[in-house]
Amino acid sequence: MTPRTPGADLPEHPDRLWSAAEPKASYDVVIVGAGGHGLATAYYLAKNHGITNVAVLERGWLAGGNMARNTTIIRSNYLWDESAGIYEHALKLWEDLEEELDYPLLFSQRGVLNLAHSLQDVRDSKRRVEANKLNGVDAEWLDPKQVKEVCPIVDISPDVRYPVLGATFQPRAGIAKHDHVAWGFARAAAALGVEFIEHCEVTGLRVTGGRVTGVDTPRGTIAAGRVALCAAGHTSVVAATAGIGLPLQSHPLQALVSELLEPVHPTVVMSNAVHVYVSQAHKGELVMGAGIDAANSYRQRGAFHIIERQMAAALELFPVFARAHVLRTWGGVVDVSPDASPIVGLAPVEGLYLNCGWGTGGFKATPGVGWCFAHTIAHGEPHPLNAPFSLDRFVTGALVDEHGAAAVAH
Amino acid sequence: MMLLIPCPWCGPRDEAEFHYGGQAHVAYPENPAALSDEEWARYLFFRDNPKGAFAERWSHSAGCRRWFNALRDTATNEIHAVYRVGEPRPVTS
Ligand SMILES: Cc1cc2nc3c(=O)[nH]c(=O)nc-3n(C[C@H](O)[C@H](O)[C@H](O)COP(=O)(O)OP(=O)(O)OC[C@H]3O[C@@H](n4cnc5c(N)ncnc54)[C@H](O)[C@@H]3O)c2cc1C
Ligand SMILES: [Zn+2]
Repeated sequence: MTPRTPGADLPEHPDRLWSAAEPKASYDVVIVGAGGHGLATAYYLAKNHGITNVAVLERGWLAGGNMARNTTIIRSNYLWDESAGIYEHALKLWEDLEEELDYPLLFSQRGVLNLAHSLQDVRDSKRRVEANKLNGVDAEWLDPKQVKEVCPIVDISPDVRYPVLGATFQPRAGIAKHDHVAWGFARAAAALGVEFIEHCEVTGLRVTGGRVTGVDTPRGTIAAGRVALCAAGHTSVVAATAGIGLPLQSHPLQALVSELLEPVHPTVVMSNAVHVYVSQAHKGELVMGAGIDAANSYRQRGAFHIIERQMAAALELFPVFARAHVLRTWGGVVDVSPDASPIVGLAPVEGLYLNCGWGTGGFKATPGVGWCFAHTIAHGEPHPLNAPFSLDRFVTGALVDEHGAAAVAH
Repeated sequence: MMLLIPCPWCGPRDEAEFHYGGQAHVAYPENPAALSDEEWARYLFFRDNPKGAFAERWSHSAGCRRWFNALRDTATNEIHAVYRVGEPRPVTS
């Protein structure tokens, strides 16, 4: 046998989707962080508002943060009007996004089941279904038999520790391929003139007379008319350089995949009570996530007992997974707010805009928050859909308390 | 990976035996009635979130059940010191 040249049978390297820019001395808008939110914001700034002198600065590589670490669950079945507003806006954008970006995103509306395991779960879930309907969000309450019809591998027997008493079902919910979403937004924004500068960490915000004037980076100071934070788990660190404290705590959040399996799981199943959520990716791996690690940390890895408990919960719900092997586990750093809702809007410094606090659930919002945050930056005032998510709600008390109210994990 | 946390009373134990209590040294306001809304918001909702040394509370809930404080680096997870509730935050170099 003749030895084959390594890589000889691989396809050609695809064309670059964006070009790596050298930082210019100044931009109209600097976006900190090239995760999904930074990229979507850049795209809609250019597309909807004609603002194209924009740089997205990224300390690592494009979409190397939570954007490529999440479990890609997309849904809009939140309890409160404020949340339903922004997440449903996002879901509507998702429904046309492949066409809009002219890029395959593997967006699959396979529905999501949020399981109820206690009488209180059942009451809360039914209430949420009614609230969803009032907000034009598709939602149904399913009894255990109907749950089994939607997802035949869920164990609905009554004699387990946390029996399935029913579930809410949102048929329009689903999953997408997160890295494609990032690349699709980056390509489309680059075509409109947005620049991406990777390996360029913002080490300080420049503020003069209460107004932001630019950012410090190891590649020099970059002047900016406006600065928009999309730094997810690191937002506190960046904001602190301008003396701004935020009600955020950074925690590791872990997920894992199994080896590739035949299609067995047709939908997405989430269970807040036992802390697990599962879907099966297009290639065939089971994708599972759990809750956050309790202790604050900026390490992109978490404790093993979290994974162990998550697997125990998954096995009780899906006995068929008993023979599956874990292929890989990983973690991201998520910025959790006190009411489990994001902070999107103005900052105490003029010209600075905040988008943070998405915690464990911001992937689904990507197009919606990009749309609304771009509006906020372009007009210097919040879009009506993100107005309720202001920083000052913690002073006024107008919290958007989704903790426990919606199946909030993701 | 799991943290190995040195309980001041029991010695090093697995993280799974502990319960986390968040930032340490957050005192209840001395005169709550005098606080403005901004000050209440600070007390209720704002906690430090440094990437680096962080003084935090832990309870050894599956052991001696006592609370204590730790000084941990949130960038590396290294625990620099543990100390008893009421003691000042240790100075580390
Ligand atoms: C394991 C896991 C599972 C999840 N599952 C889901 C899910 O199923 N559904 C869902 O809706 N959400 C989920 N999430 C949450 C979701 O991933 C996040 O809310 C969302 O990705 C945050 O927005 P982003 O994409 O912009 O963040 P990121 O991709 O984290 O972007 C932030 C970027 O900012 C960069 N940055 C930070 N500091 C600086 C600086 N100083 N200078 C320059 N750049 C900087 C970072 O390197 C990073 O690339 C999950 C998260 C994790 C970790
Ligand atoms: Zn102890």
